[in-house]
Amino acid sequence: MEHTSRSFEIELRELKEKLLLMGGKIEEIIRDAMNSLTERDSGLAQEVINRDHEINRMELQIDDLCFRILALRQPTASDLRFITVCLKVVTDLERVGDMGVNIAERALELNLEAPLKPYVDLPRMSEGAQRMLKSSLDAFVNEDVELAQEVLNSDDGIDDLNRRIFQELVEFMEKDPTNVRRAILLSFISRYLERIADHATNLAEMVIFMVQGRDVRHSLSKSL
Amino acid sequence: MNPVEKAQPKIKAEVKGLNFYYGTVQALKNINLQIYENQIIALIGPSGCGKTTFLRCFNRMHDLYPEKFYQGEILLPDEGINIIGPDVDPIEVRMRFSMVFQKPNPFPKSIYENVAYGLRVRGIKNRAFLDEQVEQALKNSALWNEVKDRLHDLAFNLSGGQQQRLCIARALATTPEILLFDEPTSALDPIATARIEELVEELKRKVTIIIVTHNMQQAARVSDRTAFLYNGELVECDETTKIFRNPSSPLTEDYITGKFG
Repeated sequence: MEHTSRSFEIELRELKEKLLLMGGKIEEIIRDAMNSLTERDSGLAQEVINRDHEINRMELQIDDLCFRILALRQPTASDLRFITVCLKVVTDLERVGDMGVNIAERALELNLEAPLKPYVDLPRMSEGAQRMLKSSLDAFVNEDVELAQEVLNSDDGIDDLNRRIFQELVEFMEKDPTNVRRAILLSFISRYLERIADHATNLAEMVIFMVQGRDVRHSLSKSL
Repeated sequence: MNPVEKAQPKIKAEVKGLNFYYGTVQALKNINLQIYENQIIALIGPSGCGKTTFLRCFNRMHDLYPEKFYQGEILLPDEGINIIGPDVDPIEVRMRFSMVFQKPNPFPKSIYENVAYGLRVRGIKNRAFLDEQVEQALKNSALWNEVKDRLHDLAFNLSGGQQQRLCIARALATTPEILLFDEPTSALDPIATARIEELVEELKRKVTIIIVTHNMQQAARVSDRTAFLYNGELVECDETTKIFRNPSSPLTEDYITGKFG
């Protein structure tokens, strides 16, 4: 059922659309940042870094819209949960964007040298993190608690990959000191991907709160 | 909050299977509700849902009009009295369940006489006692400081907000157990409204309060519990923080988020 106030209904839709647009841009940033690494495309890396301003601008616009709705509409119940979740989601998304920019920055540095090794696990980890991000955004749009729960369940796999990559890079460093610089840069990227998966997990937790009013953070389940 | 830590509030009045008819039209349908002592319960719902009708059952206001018909009980568990029972005197009920209306309605008398009115009806003539009760009621309604030097001025000379607080003082003078508010601030500006809301919160230490309001934010601000009525039925009654964050019924959800009503 729609709100009697058409302008309120329009504002809520506008907010949702803005968040989705931002989510889409961030998915692109992560994908392009990883491509700039695996395809050694420094031009693309630089382009990704330049997109950060756009994300920051979107964050400010979304914050502003949320504050405006809170001040003027005094939302309640599912509307209230939606707005408060948007305020938090936007922060997580912006951080994910920053991680994408960080990946592109490390790619720029790595692309100046010969590759340490063929990239196998990192792209796998990146695919997993991107899938989690996409699913949590889909769960947000479709208010899909089941999908959000799937995202929560997949975080452990990403953590495992992160540990495995780290171990492998340590072995490279132990073998030859000239590997150290590149291995450290790659371990940063692995760490960024792991953080992206964590932010996707936050998003998924917020979707559950938004839809059911159930707070599942920090392994607690508390209902309003 | 852990329910074990929270002391269960005492029940002041218990509504059981309440039906109410205006002639053949059923305005309230099988209402079951507990009113807790020293709490504020807000009744919300769209126009015509029965909230004012429900409120008026509590002081037998309907008895003033013909062709009305109650069924069920409003019990005071302490005394085992059903206040809508035919053997209970409506005048006595009104002394104990005082009503404050939408628009301030002082009598065309002095400030003092407005407050003393209920006591005089009870036959109290002792001047010192009346003085004391009037002062106390005006203090409890946060009006004393503004009127103490002009108690014998006509009540109509007061501002709208002051007149409403005078009506609250008049209601308090008979030391009621439950105060019934029927949209008490809908005719007042935001500052006068804030004062009445502040006062209502203060008063709940002494009395139990039932407030009908069209203003959802007011229900959210002042009440401990909120009951949502629709088409004469009680849809949901729960803690106000629950109702406004995550109501159980989709109907409540649609109403408070402004999707109908």
